[in-house]
Amino acid sequence: MKDNDIKRLLYAHLLCIFSVILSTFIPSLFLERFSILETHLTWLCICSVFVTAVNLVLYLVVKPNAPSKRSSLSHKVARFLKCCIYFLMSCFCFHVIFVLYGAPLIELVLETFLFAVILSTFTTVPCLCLLGPNIKAWLRVFSRNGVASIWENSLQITTISSFIGSWLGAFPIPLDWERPWQVWPISCTLGATFGYVAGLAVSPLWIYWNRKRLTYKNN
Amino acid sequence: MRLGSGTFAACCVAIEVLGVAIFLRGFFPVPVRSSSRTEHRAEPPAPEPSTGASSNWTKLPPPLFSKVVVVLIDALRDDFVFGSKGVKFMPYTTYLVEKGASHSFVAEAKPPTVTMPRIKALMTGSLPGFGDVVRNLNSPALLEDNVIRQAKAAGKRIIFYGDETWVKLFPKHFVEYDGTTSFFVSDYTEVDDNVTRHLEKVLTREDWDVLILHYLGLDHIGHLSGPDSPLIGHKLREMDSVLMKIHMALLSKEREALLPGLLVLCGDHGMSESGSHGASSMEEVNTALVLISSAFERKPGDIRHPKHVQQTDLAATLAIGLGLPIPKNSVGRLLFPVVEGKPMREQLRFLHLNTVQLSKLLQENVPLYEKDPGFEQFKMSEKLHGNWIKLYLEENSSEVLLNLGTKVLRQYLNALQTLSLSLSRQVAQYDIYSMAVGTTLVLEVLALLLLSVPKALGPAAELDMPLSSPLFSLLFYLTLLVLSAVHVVVCTSTESACYFCSVSWLAAGGAMLLMSALLCALVSALPKTVVGVKHVGKSPAPSSSRWSELDLLILLGTTGHVLSLGASSFIEEEHQTWYFLVSTLCLALCQEVYRNHFLSSDGDPRGGLHTEPGPEGATPVGAKGCALLEDDRTRAAASAFKRLGGTDQRMVLASPWAVLCCCRLLRALNQTGVQGAHRPDLGHWLTSSDHKAALSVLAALSLLAVFLLVQRRCSPMSKVALALGLLGVYCYRAAIGNVMSPWQRGNSDISKGIVEARFVYVFVLGILFTGTKDLLRSQVSAAGVPARTVGLWEIHSGLVLLAALLLRPHNLPVLVSSLLVQTLMAKCVWKPLNHGVAEVTVMHYWFGQAFFYFQGNSNNIATVDVSAGFVGLEHYVEVPAAFLTTFATYVGPILWASHLVNYLSSESSRRKGLPEGQRWVSVCAVRPCSL
Repeated sequence: MKDNDIKRLLYAHLLCIFSVILSTFIPSLFLERFSILETHLTWLCICSVFVTAVNLVLYLVVKPNAPSKRSSLSHKVARFLKCCIYFLMSCFCFHVIFVLYGAPLIELVLETFLFAVILSTFTTVPCLCLLGPNIKAWLRVFSRNGVASIWENSLQITTISSFIGSWLGAFPIPLDWERPWQVWPISCTLGATFGYVAGLAVSPLWIYWNRKRLTYKNN
Repeated sequence: MRLGSGTFAACCVAIEVLGVAIFLRGFFPVPVRSSSRTEHRAEPPAPEPSTGASSNWTKLPPPLFSKVVVVLIDALRDDFVFGSKGVKFMPYTTYLVEKGASHSFVAEAKPPTVTMPRIKALMTGSLPGFGDVVRNLNSPALLEDNVIRQAKAAGKRIIFYGDETWVKLFPKHFVEYDGTTSFFVSDYTEVDDNVTRHLEKVLTREDWDVLILHYLGLDHIGHLSGPDSPLIGHKLREMDSVLMKIHMALLSKEREALLPGLLVLCGDHGMSESGSHGASSMEEVNTALVLISSAFERKPGDIRHPKHVQQTDLAATLAIGLGLPIPKNSVGRLLFPVVEGKPMREQLRFLHLNTVQLSKLLQENVPLYEKDPGFEQFKMSEKLHGNWIKLYLEENSSEVLLNLGTKVLRQYLNALQTLSLSLSRQVAQYDIYSMAVGTTLVLEVLALLLLSVPKALGPAAELDMPLSSPLFSLLFYLTLLVLSAVHVVVCTSTESACYFCSVSWLAAGGAMLLMSALLCALVSALPKTVVGVKHVGKSPAPSSSRWSELDLLILLGTTGHVLSLGASSFIEEEHQTWYFLVSTLCLALCQEVYRNHFLSSDGDPRGGLHTEPGPEGATPVGAKGCALLEDDRTRAAASAFKRLGGTDQRMVLASPWAVLCCCRLLRALNQTGVQGAHRPDLGHWLTSSDHKAALSVLAALSLLAVFLLVQRRCSPMSKVALALGLLGVYCYRAAIGNVMSPWQRGNSDISKGIVEARFVYVFVLGILFTGTKDLLRSQVSAAGVPARTVGLWEIHSGLVLLAALLLRPHNLPVLVSSLLVQTLMAKCVWKPLNHGVAEVTVMHYWFGQAFFYFQGNSNNIATVDVSAGFVGLEHYVEVPAAFLTTFATYVGPILWASHLVNYLSSESSRRKGLPEGQRWVSVCAVRPCSL
């Protein structure tokens, strides 16, 4: 049962990684002069769309959490709308936090906002898919010893690694190597992406490694 | 020997300061300098050497040029004149360089490539070192011997137009001047028009000998849009036309005068590819230097490639050209092509003067100068020169004379090169031995501190210092012996002067004693700690609870910062690191606050997580115990949280965000660092004269806020004193014209504000005095805790008042936010969340560093605000000025340190808070130093 779960988790994560990789290659077939660094904003949008789509598909196919009791259409729609609002709110929150961290307030607004969008895609969207618009469940997952399944555990790992990735991504900006990617917010978005991919790759392995030690309250 | 924790920390800090001082002394050697620099009596010039017959040339040679015009273009990189840009945009100059009567050079400037040190280098010929900047803390006038002073003493009339730095450096030296400010970087036309508009008139006049023009526009364009901007082309074209105008005027004047004129075109520093300057890249260091005079005849087809020379060479050349003595501290050598056209005897005379000056400088700075190859060459060539003069006076055939003269000439040039090289090397030489001694001391202290950390966490606040242990005495004496042997060997063999050798034997012996004692202490402490760690490791339960995320962040942040100092751009942009860390810290605190909030509000009904660790039966014992401990701590914090009232809770929840917002606003106030220093910021907006009203309102509000934040814990008397003092601060600022005064006195009478400033000083001293009195009283009488708290807080408020006086008015919000953040953090974060002493101390340290940069400081010495040293003083007095400047520079760290003392002592439940805090501070401070 458990090994089976871990296998499913691994496949799901491989699919997510694949979607990130696809988002760097597919557009160059359709768009001329597409490259991650030069048309960075386009890539951000495409990557965000891809990752969101894959997450939604996974959610519909795998259904990691137990189906909710009320499943009327109106309830589903309300839930979906709520999710959208949460997503937008998280984008704005991230934007505000970036500005507080020192991002320029007036210049580069679009860039900063798209960075917020991609970071939300890596963090908020999986949370919304897995936990739904339920702040208390989120708090539970992200407090210590609050994880209830391997899905939640992997969610915790990927989210935190995306944050750490984007945090570390800010460090090269003041260095004077004069590289094209040392510009706000490219290094941070790249850091977030690498963090997300690393989290996706590492979390099944980590869970497999520690499968004896990990016990969840629900199973 | 048992030592109290506090004593131990204090000793460590003292030893560390000593080590760092020795290290710095080795790292920044004193610049080469003539000992008689303060007296300006004219020394008789060296007579021409001659053997046998006495020469009649004992006076200084007459000037070579009647009029000298120096056109200094800020940031004139070499390729702006000699490269493709020069060909394209400066046709006249290119023509002069390639075909005209001129000599062109690529002059290499030594870092720091900033205008003021470069002007000094150009005019004194010396290399202003780091120690130089510290020593005369912007006593604005240049005290060293320089060309301008010599020219004035010789009765030359000097006119200056351009950057007002010159006017500050050489006050009362110019018969006529017009300074332009380099403050508004965005203005690149008017600064230069203000210089050029005088030209028309001056060039027709006859009543001057030296004309100096300093054009700032090019540098401003570089800062604005870099070296490839189209604006550069326009500016270069403008400069070319200016040069043409001056050259034409000089040529027309020459017809009447006996001597030719000289036109010097030079840059003070270059321009990097991003348009800035200050560092030592090729683009910043290489500047153009073109000397134009009809004396430099050139046959057609004579191609002269620009030679690489030092920037300091210009001073000697100008001095010779004007017939002045060469500045005493000059390390430059005469640009020989300038005198090439003169008769052999004069050429030799000039070279001799320069060599004599350099060798004198060498004699005064190098103890073993006689062994220096340059000095030997100098003696040799002087002898040859003497022989040549003898032959000359005996009137031998010209052929022999010429051949011999060329030989002497070559000899002189070699001697000059060697001398100049060894003098410049003197400046750049590190004193390895002193550095090693300093490093050893600091590393030993650091190791000792780190070893004592586990012990300090234990219950006893005392430490065993095995200083008297007889077992180690053998090691002690052995080390001492080895060290003295090393000392003797190093000091007798070394060629260059070593600072540590020049101190008295007693002091050196003391340092060695200290080093070996520390080593012994270290060696004896090591096995104990290892045993202790093993013991802890064997016991089943972990000794302390697992580290929270915050601890992890603090540890990683501090380590990461230390590691980041390995990269030079991280040192230049250190403020970014601190801002980033402080923001992260706020977010981490925010996370902790919110978690506690949610746990306390709905943790219990939801159950499951922290209150019942029941189903964790399968977890190993250690992990479970750990989780339990962690749970305990979180639960304690959560329950403490619950006890707060509703509004208080909301305050707690909002405070990290408020701190974050404060920090962001302060970031926008002062741009600092190398890359960002020229971006527009609020500080510049406020200080520009158009926004004086806004600045006044801001300053008044800030002072009011300071009063409100500080007064609540003061005694009534110091409250009054504080209020009056802050009023005095505003009056002072109004008196010196920074802000508008509410009682209109008119803008005309701007005084130095001496009275107002001294009025404030009285209150500062009064508050500090009452604070100290309270503190002493609390020591004497038993019922001291409240008195002690009040006393400490009064000292804190006295420091705040002094800071309010010294900080520039646009920096007053920094002071307010510093106080605000302190209050918020203490009230809403540290107390409710029960942070440990170590955490609080490190956070204070981080905030202190961040506020240091919020003030607009950076790791560049140029950002030190020296104006604070003149507050309330009639004129420059060294000790108070140095003290005030240091205080104003380090206001942020000082205020945070004093707040730390207050906070820790007010938490009376923790008896050993203070000493432990001290220890953490010392650990924090030692680590960057030891790197």
